Amino acid sequence: MAKAVLEALQQKFPEAVRDLYTHRGDDVAFVEARGLVEVCNFLKFDPSTDLKLMLSVTGVDYLGESPRFECVYHFTSMTHHHRVRLRVKAPDDADPRVPSVAGIWRTANWWERHVFDLYGIRFDGHPDLRRLYMPESFVGHPLRKDYPMKGRQPLIPERDFRDVIRGPGPQPREQGRTFPGRSPILPPASPAKP
Amino acid sequence: MADGQEIAGAITTRREEAEGFLRRTVSKGLGWARKYSLFTYPFVTACCGMEYMSVASSRYDIARFGAEYPRFSPRQSDLLLVVGTVNVKQGPILRRVYEQMAEPKWVVAFGVCASSGGFYDNYAVIQGIDRIVPVDVYIPGCPPRPEQVLDGLIMLQEKIAGERHGLRIVPG
Repeated sequence: MAKAVLEALQQKFPEAVRDLYTHRGDDVAFVEARGLVEVCNFLKFDPSTDLKLMLSVTGVDYLGESPRFECVYHFTSMTHHHRVRLRVKAPDDADPRVPSVAGIWRTANWWERHVFDLYGIRFDGHPDLRRLYMPESFVGHPLRKDYPMKGRQPLIPERDFRDVIRGPGPQPREQGRTFPGRSPILPPASPAKP
Repeated sequence: MADGQEIAGAITTRREEAEGFLRRTVSKGLGWARKYSLFTYPFVTACCGMEYMSVASSRYDIARFGAEYPRFSPRQSDLLLVVGTVNVKQGPILRRVYEQMAEPKWVVAFGVCASSGGFYDNYAVIQGIDRIVPVDVYIPGCPPRPEQVLDGLIMLQEKIAGERHGLRIVPG
């Protein structure tokens, strides 16, 4: 059923919608980033699709591939009872950007902040793109595949406590502690602050 | 030959004995009084909270050991029960709650997450609250059985009862 929706979508936007496929009962389409807002407007407001409910926006990090970052959108229609999944590749690997759909579904506001916080994908046109979970002082994006596994960034200085099993505690004095309360392993520099 | 040196030594020894006796007696009394009047502050952040409720309510009944009242003010409590996962953003809050408590105070890490971070070996979780506050008793388990919690409480009571309290002799 949603297959028909996606085929109609592809006929309407032939340059933006590509590669339809069905995976375990879910109908999926790849959408170009620059055509995303147009496609989403159609999907929400056209009575034949009527995808009023946005379920989620998530990010995927395909480290080693290009394009590296991808956003996955899930929608469902409360009237037609069909579900659609869109996959959007972020074009630029160094500064991944995807247009925001927060103006179409209000739900997308926090979902996009979630993706920005954990993956560092910027959403152009988002009204308030701040971190959602991590503290403002956090450096990097923790769900990226190149974020160090034990890259901890405590907010307050930890007690002088060394534990080989539980991973790095406070940095030893002799290695030069530049500012207190920061985990010794820091992620690589990335464009974090909006 | 009883010269002055020996007499002085004997007097010192007897004075130490007397002081030691007094210190032991006072310590015993204080420890006894303190160990049965632990007011707890439950710092409950995660699923171990269910187990804490089980411990605190009628079947297991932590009140049998004198830790009856959960006081939801750190200023009125002696025992900080850190129940559950403490993540990085909760760290300053925990530290502040601990600092607001009046002496004497004790801390129990309830469950494996509070003790060591548990299986949350990731960017978001403090790997054991002993990196933030000093801990007296660690209770393992995910979540710990109520019996384990009561055992931990008894261990803490033994620790409190065995504390030596210093006497300050003010020279007259």
